[in-house]
Amino acid sequence: MRVKLSLIALCLAMVAMLAACGGEAEKKAEEKAAPAETAKLVLGVAGAHSGDLASYGLPSVNAAKLAAAKINAAGGVNGAMVEVVAQDDQCKPELATNAATKMLSDGVKIVLGHICSGATKAALPIYLDGKIVVMSPSATNPPLTQSGEYPNFFRTIAPDDAQAALEVDFAKSLGLKKAAIIHDKGDYGKGFASFCKQFIDADADIEAVLFEGVTPGAVDYSAVVQKIKGSGADCVIFGGYHPEASKIVTGMRKKGLEIPFLSDDGVKDDTFIKVAGKYAEGVYATGPKDFSSNAIYQEAVAAHKAEFNADPGPFFPEAYSAALALLNAVQVAGSTDYDAVMNALRTSYVDTAVGKIKFDAKGDAEGVGFSVYQVKDGKYAEVK
Amino acid sequence: MDYFLELFLGGLTRGSIYALIALGYTMVYGIIELINFAHGEIYMIGAFTGLIVAGLLTMLGFPGISILAIAVVCAIIWAAAYGYTIEKVAYKPLRGAQRLSPLISAIGMSIFLQNYVMLSQTSDFLPFPELIPEFGFMEGLGSIMSSSELVIILATVAACIGLTLFIKFTKLGKAMRATAQNRKMAMLVGINVDMVISATFVIGSSLAAVGGVLIASHIGQINYFIGFIAGIKAFTAAVLGGIGSIPGAMLGALVLGLTEAFATGYVSSDYEDVFAFCLLVLILIFRPSGIMGKEKTQKV
Repeated sequence: MRVKLSLIALCLAMVAMLAACGGEAEKKAEEKAAPAETAKLVLGVAGAHSGDLASYGLPSVNAAKLAAAKINAAGGVNGAMVEVVAQDDQCKPELATNAATKMLSDGVKIVLGHICSGATKAALPIYLDGKIVVMSPSATNPPLTQSGEYPNFFRTIAPDDAQAALEVDFAKSLGLKKAAIIHDKGDYGKGFASFCKQFIDADADIEAVLFEGVTPGAVDYSAVVQKIKGSGADCVIFGGYHPEASKIVTGMRKKGLEIPFLSDDGVKDDTFIKVAGKYAEGVYATGPKDFSSNAIYQEAVAAHKAEFNADPGPFFPEAYSAALALLNAVQVAGSTDYDAVMNALRTSYVDTAVGKIKFDAKGDAEGVGFSVYQVKDGKYAEVK
Repeated sequence: MDYFLELFLGGLTRGSIYALIALGYTMVYGIIELINFAHGEIYMIGAFTGLIVAGLLTMLGFPGISILAIAVVCAIIWAAAYGYTIEKVAYKPLRGAQRLSPLISAIGMSIFLQNYVMLSQTSDFLPFPELIPEFGFMEGLGSIMSSSELVIILATVAACIGLTLFIKFTKLGKAMRATAQNRKMAMLVGINVDMVISATFVIGSSLAAVGGVLIASHIGQINYFIGFIAGIKAFTAAVLGGIGSIPGAMLGALVLGLTEAFATGYVSSDYEDVFAFCLLVLILIFRPSGIMGKEKTQKV
């Protein structure tokens, strides 16, 4: 027995030694490579780079690399070469704080990320203490900017409530007075519906006559349709995804309820039109503005194809724009000084893949947002 | 009053669908005391068969109403074939095993069929054509009830009456009742029990397939997952009415459908499932064997 134990101890010791040696060897190799470099500017990229949400985070790493390559080719930022350093948080708050601490201890001054709202929120206090400027391509949770707690936080995507505000404004512009708000009880759908209700309640011209959740996957929604009818609503605002939306619209139209149906970007999906068929005609849905005609966006996508031989993933244009905006701000500020960079972000316009943008006092990009689309002849067309 | 009537008819429609599926659960349980969790998938397969056949016939230019009839018949045949095969593959080899084994086998079958359809078809939602045409004479009623709802309710009533008569008056029905009462005894008096069990699966699957095609045509979309929730609800209905009892399954399904409709209409659709399952719990507390279920003396 004792022999066995000592054998195990020996094995462990050997493994530990090997690991230590390996680490040292790597360090030496790094040291050798380092001296050749000139001045450099580190762009931190934090987000989910592994785990089940990696598909949302990895495009931003690629976007940062492409943006850095483009700027380095043009001589860098104030003569410094941009280097991208990625930190993985798997969209988990506890790992996000680790990533933020690592950025802080490495002396990174500008960070692109994080990807998920929850992880972003967890990491922000650390960045704030360390005077690091953070810009997310995808964290849409409204309080991140609107609470005013994090002046160092910016984003190149519109917050969740912007879509609801647009929806309500649009409903008012159609002259609608009574809205039945339906949602799918999910985080996204109910969140959107709640924002709509909040804006409608605050408005004297339009009122919410119904606010209810439906169960996704239920056999049919005829009772809800009858309820909408009984409520005397002159429009339906739906928060959720297309399977439920198409069922509700079909039910409404079959019952002869021809009032407008307005929804969100979960419904601005071609599958919705395919499934709801003729009943989809005339349905309104908000969705992100279309960037595909933007020259910088097209160029970035082409570069992505050339470099990685694949189509870019979600939030790629937002991430690419965020990298450009951050690097541009450093260029304008002349240094990575915290206040100067923040001032530059708020005051100077920059051409990005999501259009010519600058940031408002709260940190949201101006001009980035949503458009209203309507189904016409089996296609979503932007409502001008 | 109109509002009440509308909710009532909506609940009736939903209850009818539950009834068509619940009959399969309750018959199988009545005969071999197995809860066939793959039954919801049979309903889904029926709907998919209907979709494929309807698409094919539309392409060949068949007239409207004949498409419905042929699609229903094909769905019945195909789903019945599936029901028969499932019983032979997943349950028959386990007939002598303890009760938990076939139950697990049923759950496995359900997951297998879901994934099989997902892989062979698609995981997307698919549009389902409106097979049930609008009736001219319904125009005045159109705001209260659509033609597809009427067809669903009538089809369910017809299926229930037909099934009851079948079980009461045919030789096979008699054999089914005998097997349900005591399988060993039935075997001893010369009833081909295997055949009876297969017949039960075939009949239950056919009813579910009819429900699948009708409801898919009513709501206009299907995907591989529709059988899961419909199956759970129908199973609840069967338990509510007293599992093993055919009139119980029909009553339980109607009670469940109406409860959901009224809970949505007068309280909120948020609480649709809450009310449905509260009702189940209450009934099971006060009548453990369900509304129409018989108290059974435990065999010792």
